[in-house]
Amino acid sequence: MGSATSEPPSQRTPLTDTAETGLKIVVVGGFGVGKTTLVRAVSEIRPLNTEEVMTQAGQGVDETVGVERKTTTTVAFDFGRISLNHRMVLYLFGAPGQERFWFLWDRLFSGTLGAVVLVDTRRMEDSWYAIDRLEHHKTPFVVAVNRFDDDTNRFSLEEIRKALALGEHVPMIDCDARLRSSGKEVLITLVDHLYSMALSQESTP
Amino acid sequence: MRKPVDVGDPDRLYMVTGGRSTADDSFDLVTLIVSENEPSAGMQSEHVRILELCRHPTALVEISAELKLPVTVTRILVGDLHDMGKVSARHPRAAESVASLPETALLQEVLDGLRNL
Repeated sequence: MGSATSEPPSQRTPLTDTAETGLKIVVVGGFGVGKTTLVRAVSEIRPLNTEEVMTQAGQGVDETVGVERKTTTTVAFDFGRISLNHRMVLYLFGAPGQERFWFLWDRLFSGTLGAVVLVDTRRMEDSWYAIDRLEHHKTPFVVAVNRFDDDTNRFSLEEIRKALALGEHVPMIDCDARLRSSGKEVLITLVDHLYSMALSQESTP
Repeated sequence: MRKPVDVGDPDRLYMVTGGRSTADDSFDLVTLIVSENEPSAGMQSEHVRILELCRHPTALVEISAELKLPVTVTRILVGDLHDMGKVSARHPRAAESVASLPETALLQEVLDGLRNL
């Protein structure tokens, strides 16, 4: 970190001064499935990345020694931003879906509106763990199938639902993560889903 | 290939935070931080940077990305400034105009915002 003199002209786009509430949506999926692509397609800023350093108790505790090992893991994640109106701003986080990052999720998911599970039909098994964790956390989610050009399988959404053992209540949508309009539809599908859930809760005495 | 954020030097992080490595979790990733004062002479450079960034509301996670410091370290630094009264924090859903909203009304606003994209 250099001296604090003469910053290069900032390329940042600041929020409006009336912004007061940050909201979160998490995009999870396996490596290379297009999480960052989706975030970039809808974000008003170039996606940024940062990282969280996590200290976790060692899982393979050596009982003969009786000392719990601690390991520090650094997890990088991307995010983008959408100003929804003059006071609400939505942050989209792209989080790696691999099992070893579960502790990052626990933190990312807390207080999140919901999640998008991005699926590549060539590697559907990459989504199993993410879906399992979301269900465990009772985080509402939708499944978006990123249809790559060379997706020759063309499994139908219903076939994918079966393969992922998803309940009927989980909305599914085809998408092209590169397209803003498509990414927008994915987010709307999620928030529509959240809306219906909230509505049925509010109308339940 | 994405370039990882520079944390190659643990000593530096240690220096930045004065040796602290844990922060309380009162600042969410999307808590918006706003400067209340201009930087003053003799301030730590990271604190100066944060105060400059937060002339407009800036989420904790954005500060972290801009400073290229891990989120935990950023939390500690923002916490310092908050304790000194140099920044204020707009916590998620704490704003009066939003906290009182039923969930459906909040989500309706989100939907409207997304549709207008």
